[in-house]
This record gives sequence, C-alpha cells and structure tokens, in this order.
Amino acid sequence: MLRKLQNTCRQLLLEGKVDVVIGYGQADSESPTHPVFITDAKDVKKLVWNDKCLINLVTYLKRPEIKSLGKSAIVAKGCDERAIVVLEKESQLERDSVFVIGMACAGVGQPLLPKCKVCDAHMPQVADIIIGSVENPSVDADTRYAELKSFLKKSPEERHKHWVKECRRCLKCYACRQTCPMCYCERCIVDVNQPQYIDSSASTKGNFAWHITRAFHLAGRCVGCDECTRVCPVGIDLRLLNMSIAKSAEQNFEFRAGVDPDAKPIIGSYSEQDREDFIR
Amino acid sequence: MSDEKEQFEPKIIAYVCNWCTYLGADLAGTNRLEYPANVRIVRLPCTGRIDFNLMVKAFEAGADSVLVSGCHPGDCHYTTGNFHARRRWILFRSLLDTMGIDVDRIHFTWISAAEGKKWQEVVTDITESTRKLGPYTAYQRVCGES
Repeated sequence: MLRKLQNTCRQLLLEGKVDVVIGYGQADSESPTHPVFITDAKDVKKLVWNDKCLINLVTYLKRPEIKSLGKSAIVAKGCDERAIVVLEKESQLERDSVFVIGMACAGVGQPLLPKCKVCDAHMPQVADIIIGSVENPSVDADTRYAELKSFLKKSPEERHKHWVKECRRCLKCYACRQTCPMCYCERCIVDVNQPQYIDSSASTKGNFAWHITRAFHLAGRCVGCDECTRVCPVGIDLRLLNMSIAKSAEQNFEFRAGVDPDAKPIIGSYSEQDREDFIR
Repeated sequence: MSDEKEQFEPKIIAYVCNWCTYLGADLAGTNRLEYPANVRIVRLPCTGRIDFNLMVKAFEAGADSVLVSGCHPGDCHYTTGNFHARRRWILFRSLLDTMGIDVDRIHFTWISAAEGKKWQEVVTDITESTRKLGPYTAYQRVCGES
C-alpha cells in the first residue's frame, strides 16, 4: 500500500496535477506520525502509511497557508473523508480543487481507537483513488452510540457533576477547536467580545459555556473523527458531547454528517414534520 | 426551611419573538390577565434568532428557568424562522441532557398574538413548576467557581 501511495503521489506531483501532497510522515517506526506537506516529487519517500496514522489531515485543507500552496492532494481514511464531504457541502472547498487519496483502513491506533471499533467507513466513498481494499463492516446505531448510552445511564445530577469536574480541568487551550476540520470560522464566537457571549477566562463557568458552544456549533456537522478528544491535553472526553448530537440527528432526522454526499445538511434546512412533542 | 421554600421566587427569562408571543403577552396585559411577575421578557425578532448561547447566558445570569416562545409553525413572520429554530432545539436538548443540565428548566412554546390567555397559563405553570424545582443551584454553583 505504501509503495502505491508514494508512486501515486510522485506521479501527481510530476504531472503537475497537484502542487502539494498532504500526508503522514514519521521520524522512525516508534514515533507517532505527523503531517507532511510534500511539494517536491523527490520527497515522496517521506510519506508513511501504518496504524499510527491517527490525524485527520482534512483540517489542513481549510488553512489559508495550505490553500496558498495551490491544488492539494490529501491522504484520507474513510472516516476523514467525511469531513471533506461536509466542507464541500458548506462551500468551504471545491471538490475539484483537492485530489483525495483514499486509504482502505481497518482501524488505527495501538490500542485501536474507540471510533475504529464502531467504524463503518473502512473503505473511502468519494476518493479520487482508493488504495488497498478491506471489507466494510455494517454497524448499527445501537453499537455506534453504545458509549453514550452507558454514560446516559447515570442520573442527570451525576452527569452534571461529571462535566463540572471535566470543565474544571479544561485549560481553554482551544486545541479542540484548532484541530477540528469543521471549525473554520475566521473569528470564533469565543473570541468575540462585543458582546462577550462566552467568558474567556478558563473558569468553570466559561469552560462550561465553551463546551456547550463548541459541541452545538458542530451540530449536524461533526463527522466523529474524535480529533478534539485525541488532542485534548487534559484528556476530556468530548466525544460524548459530539455523540449526543449525532445520535439525536440520526434518530430524528436520519442524518449522519458526511456519510451521504447528497443529503441536505440538517442545520439550514427543515421539515414541517419535525417532532415537537416537547413544545407546548 | 419550609417557609424559606415558600418564599422562593423563581427568576424566569422568556425569550420571545417580536411578532407573536410578545404581542400575546401584550394582549394578556391589555386584557388585564394577571400572570406572575417572575418572568422577564426579552424580545427578539424571531425564534430563529434565539441563539442557544442566550439560553446558556440566562442560566449564567441566575435564571432558574428559561422560556423560549414564538409563532406557531406556519405563522412565522419570516416564513421559516421557527422551523429552523425547532430543529435546533431538538438537537440542543439532547446536548443539554448529556451535560446533565436540567431540561425541565427549559420550556418551549408556540404562542400567537391572539393567545394572551395561553401566555398567562404558560407563565403561571412554569413559575409553579420552577418553584417546585427550587433555585437552580447546580448551575449557579458552576458560575460561582473561578
């Protein structure tokens, strides 16, 4: 697979089809992988592909400094690719401006990441080229949201206590925002101070409001790549928040972000039949 | 103690739409329909404008309950604002539930400009139910922490 990946990238760069390849690099086989941006066909040897390729590289596509390099090719797993679908839907990138190298992937991480255990996107769907082959398992919604389900078994008071405890530890470093492929606002609401919606200090109050905001601004958009949780320096499990909205979206609107390229985004559209049993 | 509880007057913030619920509340006033003074009304152009951050802000500011109200589906002054809002509320409630925020303290209603009576009933009911729930100390404690 690696040979084919490198050859594909070399060819793309030599033929001038793309100006930069965004892929994974690695200092040595023991180290974690890191993103590499290859502009010269001579450097394609720097590309690696293994089960340490955790990063969702799609987040770099939205960065102006990457856009300024020209047309890019990106190495994407089936799960990462969903972010491309959403970005395209939201007019953040032109599908033609990026060449997607889809990698068949049966899961990454040692041990396997939680998202990989319930992944049904082993094979990319919308990639321009797919490297490798692996069977795509089918996963039902119960399995997908099993972790959330067990968390919801706690009483509301316990859940509240859990999040207060987590929010006390939050440093407000905004790594969750920076790494998120879906967070592309030039000016994040948390940086707006007229009016100041969210207390910008790392107080429990400000952190609480921030985590509600972060999760809800991703409603119907979060593709569940779990990068926010992976990069969190204090290890807050933000997946539960993302999952709760994703589950609600799937239950109420039969919608999963990035899964169906033809589906209408749920925020920004509506149905007259939406449920309103909670509205008096 | 029981005395203290009886004295508890809940603070309720109501975010209402300019075209229906605000006029409904106004009608309640002109009809001399009495409703609890616990409700503080904030008028916004449309339920579609009612950002979830406003609801969070209300709790941060010490509200014990929040009411969000607008035009009935199909009656929106801007045609579809309340449809969009409704969809967001469905998702927002599930998020709040996961965070352990008391969803019984967030109320959603449709009240038209002709439903002064409904406004009176809704506000009375919410005041009573919030009085039973007591002050929202769990969230207020969060806000007190530095």
